[in-house]
Amino acid sequence: MSWLPVAQAAAEIDTGDTAWMLAATALVLLMTPALGLFYAGLVRAKNSLNTFMMCVAAIGIAGFTWALLGYSLAFDGEAAVLGGLGNFALHDVGFEPRGEGTIPALLFMAFQGTFCIITVALIAGAVVERMRFGAFMVFAALWSIVVYAVLAHWAFGGGWLAQQGTLDFAGGVPVEMGSGFSALAAALVVGARKDYGRQALLPHNAVYVLVGAGLLWFGWFGFNGGSGLGAGQQSVLAFVNTLLTPACALLTWFVLDLIRGRKVTAIGAATAIIVGCVLITPAGGFISPAWAMLLGFLGALPCYLAIAWRPRTRVDETLDVLAAHGIAGFTGILFLGLVAQIGWNGVADGLFYGDGGQFWSQVVAAAVTPAYAFIVTFALLKIVGAVMPLRASEHDEAVGMDVVYHGEEAYPTGEGAILVMPDPDSENKLVADPG
Amino acid sequence: MIGIVRPEKANEVLEALYRAEVRGVSMSRVQGHGGELERVETYRGTTVQVGLEDKVRFEIAVSDEFVDPTIEALCEGARTGEVGDGKIFVLPLDRAVRIRTGETDHGAVTPVGK
Repeated sequence: MSWLPVAQAAAEIDTGDTAWMLAATALVLLMTPALGLFYAGLVRAKNSLNTFMMCVAAIGIAGFTWALLGYSLAFDGEAAVLGGLGNFALHDVGFEPRGEGTIPALLFMAFQGTFCIITVALIAGAVVERMRFGAFMVFAALWSIVVYAVLAHWAFGGGWLAQQGTLDFAGGVPVEMGSGFSALAAALVVGARKDYGRQALLPHNAVYVLVGAGLLWFGWFGFNGGSGLGAGQQSVLAFVNTLLTPACALLTWFVLDLIRGRKVTAIGAATAIIVGCVLITPAGGFISPAWAMLLGFLGALPCYLAIAWRPRTRVDETLDVLAAHGIAGFTGILFLGLVAQIGWNGVADGLFYGDGGQFWSQVVAAAVTPAYAFIVTFALLKIVGAVMPLRASEHDEAVGMDVVYHGEEAYPTGEGAILVMPDPDSENKLVADPG
Repeated sequence: MIGIVRPEKANEVLEALYRAEVRGVSMSRVQGHGGELERVETYRGTTVQVGLEDKVRFEIAVSDEFVDPTIEALCEGARTGEVGDGKIFVLPLDRAVRIRTGETDHGAVTPVGK
């Protein structure tokens, strides 16, 4: 993220930058329903609506908590640990640019808000198919403040990570490592699904998974391409790298799938797209397109190994948020410290181009972020769990979350469903029996 | 023999049947109503009572000495104690033929190698 003063100095609104950032914000918001579709396809049919709804709930919850408090804690002032309360409830957030920016602060707030939303939704992947919907919403509201806003301040808001030189273009720290290592903590506290490791729990719709991955990739052009906070060269570089890295990650995944099972899998391909997008997220505007391609080829390896290994453990981190986001974000943050080039980014060189100090700054971020996300999420869920049950009962888990928490099914046939007259005067008056 | 059970218990029934060494099974998804409370669902302005619940129907042809173990396995695997656990119907079987060999009756419902 360009907390660094890049190119432009005058704090004046640029309509071209503003136009692109308006579009980019909408693109990033699309990623959350896209994630809902991706996740819904990966779970069993009886839990698919609930899984999607966790992502939808994240829009409502984090959209509100961000405007109320999170934005202020992340972006008010440049204190080392935490921002202030000067922008509480969007006080003083208006049409003037923020700092050196060229877009209205209000738009900057909305753009950053969509990041907070998707990050909260990502963690749902660790706890789907057994966490109570209400408990998840309480957790989501608190997590968006105590973990996301804090990490966003450190990396984007001029906090201590940014001050000691960590480069994070579009959210390797708060979004990817933040969600991935929090997901691991959430899976450990909530516990495995009751049939995990005993029965085959298979994705119910691989086409949803691919469509969701495609829409996520589309939205990611706004996520990375917008993180230059304008329509300048860094944004173009990040945009192009968002095409190249996932494409190369796909090819690595195909080869690994062929070696492992002699077949190229569709769900593997969808996963590779996500992994590629995550890999380039921290590095997008800092590394050359050639290095971005190599990042796709090489960075997919640790993520693939983690996804192959995790189901053999007793940790039911159900949709592999740790592997696809935590480990990919970790890899991207470090890789950028090796291969950043000032000729491409105008900001800093990496280790391979003579600046070992930059790599060290990246190592610090890659060490501290996972620890903070894991420990705080673990403690937060223990506290929430002391106030209310985190898990559905075994009976409810067997029936499925959709009917239990939403009173709806993803695929109702309507057979045997008796219409209840929507007339307040006649309670439960039956008017027809289509069955 | 016909056993109608909850879909979420189908895997446990299969495990119980496997332990009881009942090897020949077919299952199908059916919808039915057995006196359980009706579930209410709402889609926008439309509220419905779901009168038919999803169930899984097992059809199992066994020889006489396997009837009781099969019933026990179905009950063990499918019981939750709530209304809606399902039913077991035991019917006489006039004839059975194994298509591959033409074996009939007892031979046709005995697993290969027994």
